[in-house]
Amino acid sequence: MSQIERFSYDNKTVRNFMYASVIFGIIGMLVGLTAALQLVFPSLNLIEYGTFGRIRPLHTNAVIFAFVGNAMFAGIYYSLQRLCKARMFSDALSNINFWGWQLIILSAVATLPLGITTSKEYAELEWPIDIAITIVWVVFGINMFGTILKRRVSHLYVAIWFYIATFVTVAVLHLVNSFEFPVTLFKSYSWYAGVQDALVQWWYGHNAVAFFLTTPFLGLMYYFVPKAANRPVYSYRLSIIHFWALIFLYIWAGPHHLLYTSLPDWAQSLGVAFSIMLIAPSWGGMLNGLLTLRGAWDKVREDPVLKFMVVALTAYGMATFEGPLLSLKNVNAIAHYTDWIVAHVHVGGLGWNGFIIFGMMYWIVPRIYKTTLYSVKLANVHFWIGTLGIIFYAVPMYWAGFVQSSMWKEFTSEGVLAYPNFLETVTQLKYMYMLRAVGGALFIIGTIIMAYNLVKTAAQGSLVANEEAEAPALDKHESHVGETWHRWIERKPIQMLVFSLVVILIGGLVEMIPTFLVKSNIPTISSVKPYTPLELEGRDIYIKEGCNNCHSQMVRPFRSETVRYGEYSKAGEFVYDHPFLWGSKRTGPDLHRIGGKYPDSWHYNHMLEPELTSPNSIMPSYPWMFEKTFDASSIEAKISAMRTMGVPYPEGYEKQAQADIHKQAKGIVENLKKDKIKVSEDKQIVALIAYLQRLGTDIKVTAK
Amino acid sequence: MLKFIKHHMASIDGIEIYPIISFLIFFIFFIVVTAWVYSKKKNYYDSIAQSPLEEDLTSTLNR
Repeated sequence: MSQIERFSYDNKTVRNFMYASVIFGIIGMLVGLTAALQLVFPSLNLIEYGTFGRIRPLHTNAVIFAFVGNAMFAGIYYSLQRLCKARMFSDALSNINFWGWQLIILSAVATLPLGITTSKEYAELEWPIDIAITIVWVVFGINMFGTILKRRVSHLYVAIWFYIATFVTVAVLHLVNSFEFPVTLFKSYSWYAGVQDALVQWWYGHNAVAFFLTTPFLGLMYYFVPKAANRPVYSYRLSIIHFWALIFLYIWAGPHHLLYTSLPDWAQSLGVAFSIMLIAPSWGGMLNGLLTLRGAWDKVREDPVLKFMVVALTAYGMATFEGPLLSLKNVNAIAHYTDWIVAHVHVGGLGWNGFIIFGMMYWIVPRIYKTTLYSVKLANVHFWIGTLGIIFYAVPMYWAGFVQSSMWKEFTSEGVLAYPNFLETVTQLKYMYMLRAVGGALFIIGTIIMAYNLVKTAAQGSLVANEEAEAPALDKHESHVGETWHRWIERKPIQMLVFSLVVILIGGLVEMIPTFLVKSNIPTISSVKPYTPLELEGRDIYIKEGCNNCHSQMVRPFRSETVRYGEYSKAGEFVYDHPFLWGSKRTGPDLHRIGGKYPDSWHYNHMLEPELTSPNSIMPSYPWMFEKTFDASSIEAKISAMRTMGVPYPEGYEKQAQADIHKQAKGIVENLKKDKIKVSEDKQIVALIAYLQRLGTDIKVTAK
Repeated sequence: MLKFIKHHMASIDGIEIYPIISFLIFFIFFIVVTAWVYSKKKNYYDSIAQSPLEEDLTSTLNR
């Protein structure tokens, strides 16, 4: 018999992460509510730093990385120590993990409203912050593996596999997608262009959902649901199949975000096929969680922790049924670019992530404060308000998505668009947007009630910062003769890491290698030329203002779209787009063929006061673009960066760039003068007009 | 216009091998894992499945 060892669990770090999660969660949700209200009352776009285009990324980053991310760390730090019967590897690393992560969040809060963004969804943070994320993530990994290596149990419980897969995959995703060329301290360009950039981005975007919002929480589910129900998981066999099938399939599914775009057909089909298969492991996991409660359903009636977890699993089941459905091309043709997708992600975000986090917190806080929950009644109130909030959020958004999509696609019997004015389809949605805001507000009220309840709970107990525990030391000389290969992997965390890495790399590589080979194979369109320096500056303003949050640049090959917007988009048109700006939601119309559609003065008036040209528009006005000058000081660095990445600017062109800016700007100013508009050449609006007027026009040159 | 996208990927020799490879890798992997998991008796997993609950036993013993 081995020696009994005494040690203690670190509860303080768990507590810190939970507090951070709640505080940033409430802030992030309030930012989301503000953004939702801006769509109903555009005048709420009060200042330059608070327009929808800038705070929408703030909302997504805050809820994903601050609310859900901090809760993930809290749950992992709590369960990992107990499953390993060991304290976290290093208190110093735990502290670096905690404070480093909070600093990253604060830097996001500081940079995103300033318009410092890469424009790539859920990866908007600029390159210095990307490096910080990498460092903190590695610290987390070392701390986790250190703990696993010094554990006092021989096998690794399935929850830990999910944590390992999370660590490995997020690391790979972050590194590959953040491959960017720094131009200045706060500006970089994605190394990939056009179709390739889109593929990498949605490989990342989809798997961020998979490996940041799903796998760690499945791990937590496999720990906390058995804990709360006080019985082991329904089927441990199923959990093994669940794990391997899920991580293997998820990694392939990214291209379903790009159906009907210029992405090669075979890659789209691959994404569809794997997305449909995904339903099996997802539902396997959900059922495994729900069936764990077999014979314990009476507890669900009384215990708010279990209530939250049951609804979380149900929401997970709905979202993962809907996901494969949405990846079918015919369904995607209706849902993509509409509020249906917004509904889908919020069923996942509010229902699955939100509710499992709430359940987990109600479970952990009384335990680490050695007390009981302050008010079970308030927790039940939270449960019902939160559930109502989800319903009030999701139902109007499904409705809005379906209504708008039908209007986009409707033709009259004469064969023309029934709603040729895009705005007609937007004004229809006003009341649905209001209801959605009500749903969001309910959810936030629930979260605030929880915060109050948890603070009160903490106040009536006292934190057991270091919880005493004891366990027999692990016998290093155990005999493992006759064990199977899977048992061998289970025992060895490093093998587990390597094996998970191999599994996820296969998917990523098979998808990407051929698409990167395409570089030389994309049918280059000879008339597609690099952007002029002024257009490049205008494009950077487009990115800075986050225009891509509401406008796509991808006309799909449907009659309803070619009639509305013009010729559908070709892969060859995006070869110089670092980064790609296809967008994922059409709150406003597609802009890929906007170039040359209206005179310069139209754009001028539209940006100054959208309602001048488009009555009832919900777009913010951008008065500062008419006062502020664009900063062309780094244009030389930008041009040479672009050349390094393969954009064929002639050698030495950067010396001429300033003169070209001047020349092109002068032309636009003179154009505006004809319409009695006076503006000086160096204003931001001039650069933006140059870019907008260039969009999608290159192929028209050959058409002539 | 169609010339820009027609035969988009056809110029890469043997492109169809990629989806086929991906399917085979996954299918074989899935079969192997499933076969292995079910080759073991159920009680083989019972002790591991108890892991999240075990630590309560030790902590109650400590009290």
